[in-house]
Amino acid sequence: MSEEPIIHCSGVHKWFDEFHALRGIDMDVYEGEVIVIFGPSGSGKSTFIRTINRLEEHQQGDISVDGIELSHDVRNIELIRMETGMVFQQFNLFPHLSVIQNITLAPIWVRNWPKEKAEDKAMELLTLVGIPEQALKFPGNLSGGQQQRVAIARALAMEPKIMLFDEPTSALDPEMIKEVLDAMIDLAKSGMTMIVVTHEMGFAREVADRMYFFDEGLIVETGTPDEIYNNPQEDRTKLFLSQILQH
Amino acid sequence: MAIKEMEQDIVRPPQPPGLVKWIKENLFSSVFNSILTVLLFPTILYLLYLVIIWVLFGANWKAVSQFPLLFAIGQYPRDQIWRVGFVFSGFMFMLGISWGRWSGLLRSIALAAGSFLLLIAVLPVQNPQLDMTMRIYLGSTILITLVGYLIGNKTRLKNAFIIAGWFVIPIVGVVLLAGFENSERIPVVHTTLWGGLLVTFLLAAGGIVLSFPLGVALAFGRRSSLPVVSGFSTVFIEGIRGVPLVTLLFMFSIILALFLPVESRIDRLVRALMAVTVFSAAYSAENIRGGLQAVPLGQIEAAKALGMGNFKTTVFIVLPQALRAVLPAIAGQFIALFKDTTLVVIIGINDFLGIGRSIINSDPEFVQMRTEVYIFMAVVYWIFSYMMSLASRRIESTMGIESNL
Repeated sequence: MSEEPIIHCSGVHKWFDEFHALRGIDMDVYEGEVIVIFGPSGSGKSTFIRTINRLEEHQQGDISVDGIELSHDVRNIELIRMETGMVFQQFNLFPHLSVIQNITLAPIWVRNWPKEKAEDKAMELLTLVGIPEQALKFPGNLSGGQQQRVAIARALAMEPKIMLFDEPTSALDPEMIKEVLDAMIDLAKSGMTMIVVTHEMGFAREVADRMYFFDEGLIVETGTPDEIYNNPQEDRTKLFLSQILQH
Repeated sequence: MAIKEMEQDIVRPPQPPGLVKWIKENLFSSVFNSILTVLLFPTILYLLYLVIIWVLFGANWKAVSQFPLLFAIGQYPRDQIWRVGFVFSGFMFMLGISWGRWSGLLRSIALAAGSFLLLIAVLPVQNPQLDMTMRIYLGSTILITLVGYLIGNKTRLKNAFIIAGWFVIPIVGVVLLAGFENSERIPVVHTTLWGGLLVTFLLAAGGIVLSFPLGVALAFGRRSSLPVVSGFSTVFIEGIRGVPLVTLLFMFSIILALFLPVESRIDRLVRALMAVTVFSAAYSAENIRGGLQAVPLGQIEAAKALGMGNFKTTVFIVLPQALRAVLPAIAGQFIALFKDTTLVVIIGINDFLGIGRSIINSDPEFVQMRTEVYIFMAVVYWIFSYMMSLASRRIESTMGIESNL
């Protein structure tokens, strides 16, 4: 990988009041890579992924996305947000808008696309995630798995270069996890750059290029899925893996 | 074939009980309830009978039926009455267009208003104020409404034009009612002559339309991170809410007049409208602020993550959800505002209630009929308040079905 990283983070620190949530995170992500971040709750993994599109502000260190430096400049922040799609644990679909309106809202009003173009794109994406027939329904009438797939389509509609997933399957019933993971696997195989916070180890094994283990605001260990699963170096990684893989 | 089989397989919910069963379960479920039913049922019927007898034969409705125009428009010069008629027809025309375009709630309102006009137009009574000209006017207004309906339904008039019409008509209406200086044909009619339902509607509708955006602005202002903005909004809201409406009306009508030079004095009716507006805005602001707080943070984050700025996030995500959450409270607020407009009587404005009172006081004969007059006015206020309440429930349920939140 000779080219520049699409996401470059170095020395990222973040405090919530006195609490030191991120204690110097360095990470470079290259185009087309799938990164899986895992770790115990409170380890800072969600906080870190949210600093990349400035839903959380970091107080120290550098983050740049696709060559755009993340600073206090509002224009830069909005540019980066247009380049990065995000999928949340709680879906966060807009309940007062239909599925198709959820997906077309940002392309129409942020990218200034004509309505027809946005709707064509939306239907294409809904077909991709397997629920084109739900286009006119409202989020409240969909199952959790369907809602999360709409959320993926909504993020993709902005044609982002990077997709961030913040525990996308944690709020789902077990039988719905697979449909969401399948959509994410398809996306990963299509060459999208992805950073995924998840404990779905099967997903990680199948598509992750690299995995990062977070604990107490630090990267404890990093490696390919094979290295992490079969030959973890750190005791904390071993302990955590034994805990989540027991079931 | 297959569908029929499927329908047979569906386990149906228990059916609601029939009438006899309902009566048994609700009115005669125990000995005590049966006794209550047996005692109360004739009592209620008897009371109802008394009311009907009084309305039809006991009461003297002369004080009401003699002055329909007075109740409607107050002392507005009778030779200029065409201006009121023109404005009213204008509104009915817009209502017709909107009915044709959007149906739903507007259809109910248009049909109710139309049938009411029709009823009056063909009412078989002798009344000097309900002469042939008036009946023809009412009939043609119904026709205008229907023409509006056809335009709204059959033509491809842009929605934006219809909405613009709703903004233009009230402005044109007020200007036309007020008249122009030095005009022969449309002379100035001073607002001291305006009265009746005309003034009640003007204050209520004006108060609602003006206080709503002001309330939204104050709600956002109070949540603002800029200390000056949030400080001003908080002081404004708490200041207004801490004062009775009567006091505000006095302040605006007397104190405001004292401080301004005579030539730049604001019209009396406008001052009353300002008082009503700020009062309602302060209360709306707190309702709306409650709604803003109810919007989950995740909604705002989702909008931001899509690259939407603060303004777009507010307009498309936060405000629609906040307003939907507080619609019942705001509707209640507006109904209260409609009824509160009666307080303008104390600063000498003859709204609907004021006209009733001045009729009663105008003649010893009418003093005897004050019960009838007050009951008539109560019924009119009730009808409009109830219509507003129905409208809010209809809006709520359409929103509910669409979202299932």
